[in-house]
Amino acid sequence: MIALRGTGISSGIASGPVVYYRRTQTQTKRTSVQDTDEAVARWQAATQTAISQLEELSRKARAEVGEEAAQLFETHQMMLGDLDYTERITSLIRDDHLNPEAAVEDAGKEFAQMFSAMDDEYMKARSVDVLDISSRVVRILSNCDDKGITGKTPVIIAADELKPSETVQLDKSMILGFILTGGNANSHTAILARSLGIPAIINVDGPLRPEYEGRTAIIDGSIGYIVIDPDESTKEYMSKKKREEKALRTMLEQLKGQPDDTLDGKHIKVYANITTPSDTDSVITNDACGIGLFRSEFLYLRSSDYPTENAQFEAYKSVVQKMNGAPVIIRTLDIGADKHVDYFRLEEERNPALGMRALRICLTRPEIFKTQLRALYRASAFGKLSIMFPMVTSLWEVQEAKRICSAVRSELKKERIQFDENVELGVMIETPASVMIALELAKEVSFFSIGTNDLTQYTIAIDRESTAGLEKFYDAHHPAVMRLIDMTVKAGHDAGIWVGICGEIAADVSLTESFLRMGVDELSVSPRAVLPVRNAVRSVNLSK
Amino acid sequence: MKEFNYTITDAVGIHARPAGLLAKKASEYSSTVTIVKGERKADTRRLMALMSLGIKCGDTITIQTEGADEEKAACEISAFLTDNKY
Repeated sequence: MIALRGTGISSGIASGPVVYYRRTQTQTKRTSVQDTDEAVARWQAATQTAISQLEELSRKARAEVGEEAAQLFETHQMMLGDLDYTERITSLIRDDHLNPEAAVEDAGKEFAQMFSAMDDEYMKARSVDVLDISSRVVRILSNCDDKGITGKTPVIIAADELKPSETVQLDKSMILGFILTGGNANSHTAILARSLGIPAIINVDGPLRPEYEGRTAIIDGSIGYIVIDPDESTKEYMSKKKREEKALRTMLEQLKGQPDDTLDGKHIKVYANITTPSDTDSVITNDACGIGLFRSEFLYLRSSDYPTENAQFEAYKSVVQKMNGAPVIIRTLDIGADKHVDYFRLEEERNPALGMRALRICLTRPEIFKTQLRALYRASAFGKLSIMFPMVTSLWEVQEAKRICSAVRSELKKERIQFDENVELGVMIETPASVMIALELAKEVSFFSIGTNDLTQYTIAIDRESTAGLEKFYDAHHPAVMRLIDMTVKAGHDAGIWVGICGEIAADVSLTESFLRMGVDELSVSPRAVLPVRNAVRSVNLSK
Repeated sequence: MKEFNYTITDAVGIHARPAGLLAKKASEYSSTVTIVKGERKADTRRLMALMSLGIKCGDTITIQTEGADEEKAACEISAFLTDNKY
């Protein structure tokens, strides 16, 4: 029995024979051509064939996987026709007398290098696309097609990396799982694996030796575990886990559309946390009743300069509209500490977690805050939007933030721009100070949302990212944190407002009952955790 | 030569697909259509060069058109950017 570890990027358990993905690995032949006209014509014909193949792939992807994958292959078609790319190939053939196969391969490598040198993760990933389209043309020119997988029984596919077009061309009914030695959790292959529900593991730590081929493996995509030649007890354990997971998934699926009510009928808001507008799709698929935390930082982190009011407005509006009247709670700018944005030109601090971050930046530079608030209020006209302020430590901060909100509302009114007059404001409780003054804070706002990640860090004085060996001192369930949550709920309820939890701990179903007994009204978790939390809520009986 | 500025509002910037559509649009004119971002510029018809500018949300780019139909190109491309929420 051989055990390997990797990063699980698509959960589920699969068991079956390992088969290596076969690329036709013939070395591209390199020759000198005399008849360059003929060579150019041959290359152009191959490009046409490649474009028709991509059209077919795009059609297939649209039917089987979804719009995003389909658009990828449309972009591939356009890349094949790019002038710089085609001119480079023509010049390699005409001027250097290179045979078309080698010319396409060389040009592909050059352009891939250009993309991988960019300082943008998204653009870096495009280098794979250029290599993908180039090798397609080379294959057509050399008259050989990828064999991919040829057997008649379903298999676990092993490879160094899979290109997006390779993944789509595979017959899905023949794939039990993927194990890749390379890969990236944001790659198209990862997205495809997740949307097809096929377990997948990337960055496998050990080499995938040729002798593994054909041997039975069990892979667990939720924890990134691979066992080759499993012994009886492993097989039994994994098949039991697989049955349980399947039963759990079926049970969770059935919870869609069900209310988040405890057995004794108390309604709990189970909401989802999102980072970008595109996450909204998974909020809807997982049937969350609202968005409890929309981290607005992405707009700032992905820009090279302050995002404009309009850019922000469009982003907020798209989420609010997609949620179709369900609540969307947007947290105002929370940068600083571990989130750096160059153009803010924040001073280097010895201890950024205790420095200029979040609401402190907004109150120091009200013009940045105002731009965001204007965008938020404008978006409020399109659905149910609430605003929440992060990193509060004093009462005056909330009063000042509210004053700026009120100034923004007057401005919009004067400009006759529509917004919702009843946008609710809330405070994120994530510092011990805010818990101690929660009663005063509660009188200022309509809700509290407890950010347990920061609250824990500030309470037990441990940086979660620390690599100094503090694990034994860290306790996500520390009684001090539990008591602070309890105190916050009591203070909020005394003032008549609702209290939720939006930190990671909200998804910990071993704590759901404790939270509900404290009186927590809302749990906001990652979209994938919505149904498990709904299940936990529905099995609690508060009257007992 | 005609030129105008445009500030990108799409949260992900001009990534692959929007770049492709813009390149296609720019090919409709006999004029050259150049996009300038800071110190760098690219012929808008050239998809990969356009992508390599790495245009992000919030960036202000300058679009220059030059040629027989420069007026029409500037006007229509400006509308194209706004209508498609670039």
